[in-house]
Amino acid sequence: MFKAVVTITFKKNILDPQGSAVHKALHSLGYPEVSDVRVGKHIEVVMDVDSDEEAHKRIEEMCTKLLANPVIEDYQIDVAVVE
Amino acid sequence: MKKEFWRKMGLSEEEYGMIKGILGREPNEVELGIFGVMWSEHCSYKNSKAVLRSFPTTGERVVQGPGENAGVLDIGDGQGVVFKIESHNHPSAIEPYQGAATGVGGIIRDIFTMGARPIASLNSLRFGSLKSKRSRYLFSGVVAGIAGYGNCIGIPTIGGEVYFHPSYEENCLVNAMCIGLIDIKDIAKGVAQGPGNPVLVVGAKTGRDGIHGATFASEELNEKSEEKRPAVQVGDPFMEKLLLEACLELIKTGYVVGMQDMGAAGLTSSSSEMASRAGTGMEMDIAKVPRRETGMTPYEIMLSESQERMLVVAKSGAEKAVQDIFAKWGLEAVVIGKVTDDGYLTVKEGDEVAARIPAKALTEMCPVYAKEAKKPEYLIKAQEYDLSTLPELGDYGQVIMTLLGTGNIASKEWVYRQYDYMVGLNTVVGPGSDAAVLRIKGTNKGIAATTDCNARYVYLDPYQGGQIAVAEAARNLVCAGALPLGVTDCLNFGNPEKPEIFWQFKEAAAGISEACRTLDTPVTGGNVSFYNETKGESIYPTPVIGMVGLLEDISRVMTMGFKDEDDIIILLGESKDELGGTAYLSVIHGLEAGKPPSIDLEAERIIQRTTLALIKEGLVKSAHDCAEGGLSIALAECCMAGGIGADVVLSEEMKASSLLFAESQSRIIVTAHKEKMDKVLSRLSINKVPYKVLGNVGGEDLKITGSGWKVRLAVCDMEEKYRGAIACYMDM
Amino acid sequence: MRFGVVVFPGSNCDADCYHVIDKVLAEPVEYLWHGDRDLKEVDCVILPGGFSYGDYLRVGAIARFSPVMEKVLEHAAEGGLVIGICNGFQILTEVGLLPGALVKNPSLKFQCHNTRLRVERNDLPFTSLYKKKEIVEIPIAHGEGSFVADEETLGLLEKENRVVFRYCDENGEITGIANPNGSLNNIAGICNEKGNVLGMMPHPERCAEEMLGGLDGEILFRSLAGWRQGGDVA
Repeated sequence: MFKAVVTITFKKNILDPQGSAVHKALHSLGYPEVSDVRVGKHIEVVMDVDSDEEAHKRIEEMCTKLLANPVIEDYQIDVAVVE
Repeated sequence: MKKEFWRKMGLSEEEYGMIKGILGREPNEVELGIFGVMWSEHCSYKNSKAVLRSFPTTGERVVQGPGENAGVLDIGDGQGVVFKIESHNHPSAIEPYQGAATGVGGIIRDIFTMGARPIASLNSLRFGSLKSKRSRYLFSGVVAGIAGYGNCIGIPTIGGEVYFHPSYEENCLVNAMCIGLIDIKDIAKGVAQGPGNPVLVVGAKTGRDGIHGATFASEELNEKSEEKRPAVQVGDPFMEKLLLEACLELIKTGYVVGMQDMGAAGLTSSSSEMASRAGTGMEMDIAKVPRRETGMTPYEIMLSESQERMLVVAKSGAEKAVQDIFAKWGLEAVVIGKVTDDGYLTVKEGDEVAARIPAKALTEMCPVYAKEAKKPEYLIKAQEYDLSTLPELGDYGQVIMTLLGTGNIASKEWVYRQYDYMVGLNTVVGPGSDAAVLRIKGTNKGIAATTDCNARYVYLDPYQGGQIAVAEAARNLVCAGALPLGVTDCLNFGNPEKPEIFWQFKEAAAGISEACRTLDTPVTGGNVSFYNETKGESIYPTPVIGMVGLLEDISRVMTMGFKDEDDIIILLGESKDELGGTAYLSVIHGLEAGKPPSIDLEAERIIQRTTLALIKEGLVKSAHDCAEGGLSIALAECCMAGGIGADVVLSEEMKASSLLFAESQSRIIVTAHKEKMDKVLSRLSINKVPYKVLGNVGGEDLKITGSGWKVRLAVCDMEEKYRGAIACYMDM
Repeated sequence: MRFGVVVFPGSNCDADCYHVIDKVLAEPVEYLWHGDRDLKEVDCVILPGGFSYGDYLRVGAIARFSPVMEKVLEHAAEGGLVIGICNGFQILTEVGLLPGALVKNPSLKFQCHNTRLRVERNDLPFTSLYKKKEIVEIPIAHGEGSFVADEETLGLLEKENRVVFRYCDENGEITGIANPNGSLNNIAGICNEKGNVLGMMPHPERCAEEMLGGLDGEILFRSLAGWRQGGDVA
């Protein structure tokens, strides 16, 4: 079994109002060093496939098809073997 | 059995002894857990039952009174309005978003369990001071939770109330009310009739969430409450939307014998209550209950409060048809057992019996306690406070502006703009009015609804405060043109084991009871929420009245806004020199003292019926109740709602602060076209309704003139203050 | 004109759209089930508002894969009329019938209130009975209605005159204050190149009866109902 972890964030040029709100809140809590916050999604997909390569291929497909919207979002994939 | 265990279940030694007597043996842990939740105050009303019996619960329109999932009132043409209010205070104080969201979800299920389509929600909310960071956190979380759930499921949130007072600082109140519409012949009840009929669990899977939510609700909050976070369930409005559609479709098929929401105490309460109501028993194999987590014990499955689940008793042989309907909506429906004739709730896991208890022992044999009641000390002192020594402030215009800008009076726009109050295409009058009004499609009728309670009055005189809560709710409906029909109540109090708190409860209930009788609005159900205190301090006693009314002709719907230049403004009712318990006293003088305004229920009834007649005949163009802040604030609200000014003279011999800010009851401001004035006045005289012609509508300012003083405020300035106040706190 | 209202799991304005067409317009209307590949030969498909699939993952993201959407794509390709309202608009962008995307309001809150819109085009089947540049009041009710698109797409939308509704003030001016949700260029509704697919965030079905807050939305449905069947789309 393989577990893919997909991290989805807004593209740099898209306004991320949640990120801005958290950014502001962190400043008011006394973290002036914070210069940027992006809030994203974390999706874990457990797959019954044979190889790391196949896992990558399938999850990539899932991302472009459903998990992320390329108009507004970027994504990053991590795949690991699980029990 | 170890003492710690049954103590942990919230049972007393005496109760434990009774359980042994009922079973004729030592209960096992599962059985004790089942007794623990079913005999908690939340499920059994063991401390409040005796008091609640005084409520009038019958009437020619009452189709279903207390005891079912919700009350039903006949609105003619074979239709009924189904409604109920319920508290979700403790869960909301721990996790505001989910606490409030699941509160909304729970009350919606109570409505569609009856077979009714939910058509609107209302919410009565109480928080600590807006100046407190924690209160703002709870407030914004609760509002977002209500919005998140209600908007998604597509039931409009059309009204309610929001109050702020330091007594709710740690223990906010979240009371959710839902209204549904039903063809009376289609009413489904929570009964497990017909031995042999299959019992199905439908909807979401069962997890470990919310175990002991019912006992949690029956305890005070303390520092350790935050650690009990697992007791808070997570709501899934999408799942509930599917469940709602599937259940309503199912009921139309006639395959349903009985149905009940798995709310507090989950499978335990739904199964035992359904069997008990029908005088039957039920046998279930909990190994068949679909679950979300592995390794769950019988104890956990029986007590789980996972949301969006229902227990359905179907007609024998209809299993497949039921399952097909749920499958269409993407939901599971699993047969877990059957109705029996032995009166026992038998819980099995496979072949092993995990618990076996007489169903009625859980629902009817719980001991009822008559608690000690004692008039609190604070009351005597507060009521004796000498208000005659109050300094008379000069700048009344400034006082009005200050009151308009306080959280309790200011516009709740910041709240209700987050709610979808229009979905469903029935909302004729939305939030921000005396009462919300829905049309009933396919008829000329409408339903009006409101929730009300001025807790400061109840604190200062529980009996009178209880009466006023009912009277004001009815008055609000009347101002919308509706005949008040019936009540659902949510009685929020502190720890009933304290005699002073129980006294408040008893007195308030007696006041409510009396007012419901006089105003002919029977109580069809409701909810009691005790233990609303933090660190030993009780909340203000807050018996919230939810009320529904009927408009026979929706085209006669009335609103509070002043309409046209030169319309005559008439004040119905008597203005008295009574500043006790007013918002003016609290906000301007920092005092919560004195006797609350007096009320004469018979006079109230006559004024309401007269107003309704004036509206029905089309003689008046606006109607508004005088409430928080008194006459001046009511006039300001009429001006702002209508976007037009008014010129008013107050000629009574009374000090200006009382004329402007006293909250004398049974007063309604109406306006009439000047050609209809004589007719209106003669109607008032015939009915012996006291009145004063105050002046006329017009201009861009609210002008109030008394003897030797004058107030002039631009409507746009008032509006800026009124609409911006809450946002100002929340967006900082 | 025959209308079809798609029902996704979680749609909640489906019955409202149906009501307006059936009871206010008295035109033929059918529900179209998400799981069926059947448009029942309707002329105009409505994707209603609501929270299809709970708005989980991303608004409209899961609904676009419903079997019925295959038929909606074919219908649109053949020049058939499609209107997506609120969640329906979000689905249309996800499925690629309309460009751009709808993201969270900058307030981070659900917003439900009236908005003023300027009708930018009245040469479409959806808007033929509005006056050009007419200012109308139609309510919004959404948490994610902020229209975004890259510069190129936005430029194209403007160049091809595909913005149908814009948030405006009482004088019809396109101002920041009049924009309730930070949508780029105050965009409230857009159409495709051919003008047969419209997506809009405001809810016209909510103001199609006097009693409920005016008739500004009813005009849109009446425009559609009166559109000559098989008539050319501008």
